[in-house]
Amino acid sequence: MSAAALRTPLHDAHVRLGGRMVDFHGWIMPIQYAGILEEHAAVRTTAGLFDLSHMGRVRVQGRDRRAFLQKILTIDVDKVPAGKCRYTFLLNERGTIIDDLIFYADAEDDLLVVNASNREEDLEWMRKHLSGDARLVDQTAEVALLAVQGPDALHRVRTTLGVDPGGLGYYAFGRFGDYFISRTGYTGEDGFEIFLPAARAVDLWDRLISAGTPPVGLGARDTLRTEAAMPLYGNELDDTITPVDAGLEFALEMGKSPFLGQEALRGHAAPPRKRVGLLLESRRIARHGYEVYAGGKESGLITSGTFSHTLDRSIAMAYLSRDLAAPGTPVEVDIRGRQEKAAVCKLPFYRRKKT
Amino acid sequence: MRPDDIKYTETHEWVRYSDKRKEAVIGITDFAVKQLSDLVHIDLPKAGDSLERGAPFGEIESVKTVADLVAPVSGKILEINKEVVSDLDLLKEGPFAEGWLVKIKASDTKELDGLMSRKEYEDFLESSKKEESKEDGDEVDEDDFV
Repeated sequence: MSAAALRTPLHDAHVRLGGRMVDFHGWIMPIQYAGILEEHAAVRTTAGLFDLSHMGRVRVQGRDRRAFLQKILTIDVDKVPAGKCRYTFLLNERGTIIDDLIFYADAEDDLLVVNASNREEDLEWMRKHLSGDARLVDQTAEVALLAVQGPDALHRVRTTLGVDPGGLGYYAFGRFGDYFISRTGYTGEDGFEIFLPAARAVDLWDRLISAGTPPVGLGARDTLRTEAAMPLYGNELDDTITPVDAGLEFALEMGKSPFLGQEALRGHAAPPRKRVGLLLESRRIARHGYEVYAGGKESGLITSGTFSHTLDRSIAMAYLSRDLAAPGTPVEVDIRGRQEKAAVCKLPFYRRKKT
Repeated sequence: MRPDDIKYTETHEWVRYSDKRKEAVIGITDFAVKQLSDLVHIDLPKAGDSLERGAPFGEIESVKTVADLVAPVSGKILEINKEVVSDLDLLKEGPFAEGWLVKIKASDTKELDGLMSRKEYEDFLESSKKEESKEDGDEVDEDDFV
C-alpha cells in the first residue's frame, strides 16, 4: 500500500456525514455511514448515493485508438455503437485477467472505467502496448464519479440534476448539460453513474443528500453486488483466472481480430471448476478464501460471502468442481474450523423486477 | 450511559459480579456493538462449559467482520442468554442489560481486580481513538468486509 493515502474530492463530505473511513487499495473511502444493511435496503427499495471517484477513468484518444483497443480488449470495439458501454477485460498473454472494466464508445475519444485497485497496473500495461498515435489521458483526479442507484434513481436524477437521462437504455450514456451520465451500476438495480468536474462534486453530492438520497459506503456496495452476483476483482477474478473460468464468456469475442490473451484461450481446456452460488443453512458468513467440501473432500473455494439483507440469509459465491455445480447439490463450507451446510444455487441471488 | 457497577476489558467485554450469589454476568459494551454494526450471528458456549480468563469463549459476527468473545474472568457457565441468540437487536437496545451474554460461577474473584472501572475504560477508549487518528483513522481493513 502506498504511504500517501489518496482522497476523492468528497473526502471531507464523507467525514462530515460520519462515514467510517478505511483504506481501500490506497484510497481513504467510507465503508459505511448509517450501517451496511440500512444502506443496502435504501438502494433496493428507493435509491442510494455512492462516491466512485476512486475508480480509474482513462480516456483513449487519437486516430489509431481503435486499433489499440482492439488489441488489448476482448470485445470487438468497432461493433459497439457510439453512446453505448460494454463490459470487457484486459488479459495478459496467458489469457488471465489483468482487470475487468467498462468500455464507453464515444464519438471523439473512448473511455475506460477500471478498478481503483488496478489502475496503475492497467496504465502500465496499456502504455506498453500503445501503437500509432493512440494516447491515454488519466482523468481520475480531475473528474469525479457519483452513482445514484435504486428503483427511484431516475426520479432522483431528474429532480436534483434537472436533466432527464430517462431515454438512455441500460449500458448507454450521453451528455446532459455539463454531466456525462451512463445508465450503469454495480448493485443489480436501475441506476446512473454521473461524471462531472471534481470541483463541482461536493455541491451535487450535498444536493442529492438534501433531496433524500442517503449516502452508501463500500460495505453495502459489496453486499449489493454480491446479491447481484457481479464479480469483484481480487475475489472472483485475478491474474490466475480466465474469463472462461469465471463464466463470463459473454464479454469474450473469440472471433474478432487478434487480441492479447486470445491464443492462450484457444488452447484452454474446459475449466475444472465453475463459479456457483451457495445458500448456507447457518447465518454465519462464508468469507473469501474459506474451503468448500463435498463428501469430506476439498472441492472448492469461497470467493465472496456475505449476509443477504434481501434474502435474510447467508450467501456466497465459490469456484466449485464442475460435477457439483448443479443447483441443489449439498456441500459444506469450513467456517473457522466448523463445517456448515450449504446448497448450490443459481446465480444471481437477486434479480430486480423489470418495470 | 455506561454503568458504574461493572468492570470492563480492553477487548470490550464487561462483567457484573454479585458477591451475594458469587455469580458474574458477562456481556459486550455499547462500543463493541457499534464498532461491529450489522450483527448477523453469535456463538455462545453451553451451560456447564468452562471459561478461562483471556481465552475466547465464543464469537460474534457482523456483515463486515467477526470478533472473538474473550473471557474477562474464569469460571463455569450457569446460563446463557437464549433471547440474545435469537434476537441480536437486544445487544443494540441494551448491551448492559437485556443484551447480557452469559452468567457464570466465577472461580477466582481476584481476577476482577485486573479489570477496568467505567472511568478507566472510557479513558482507554479515548486514548485508543487518539492512537487511531494518528494512523489516519483506519480502524477496519478492507479485507474485513470483502
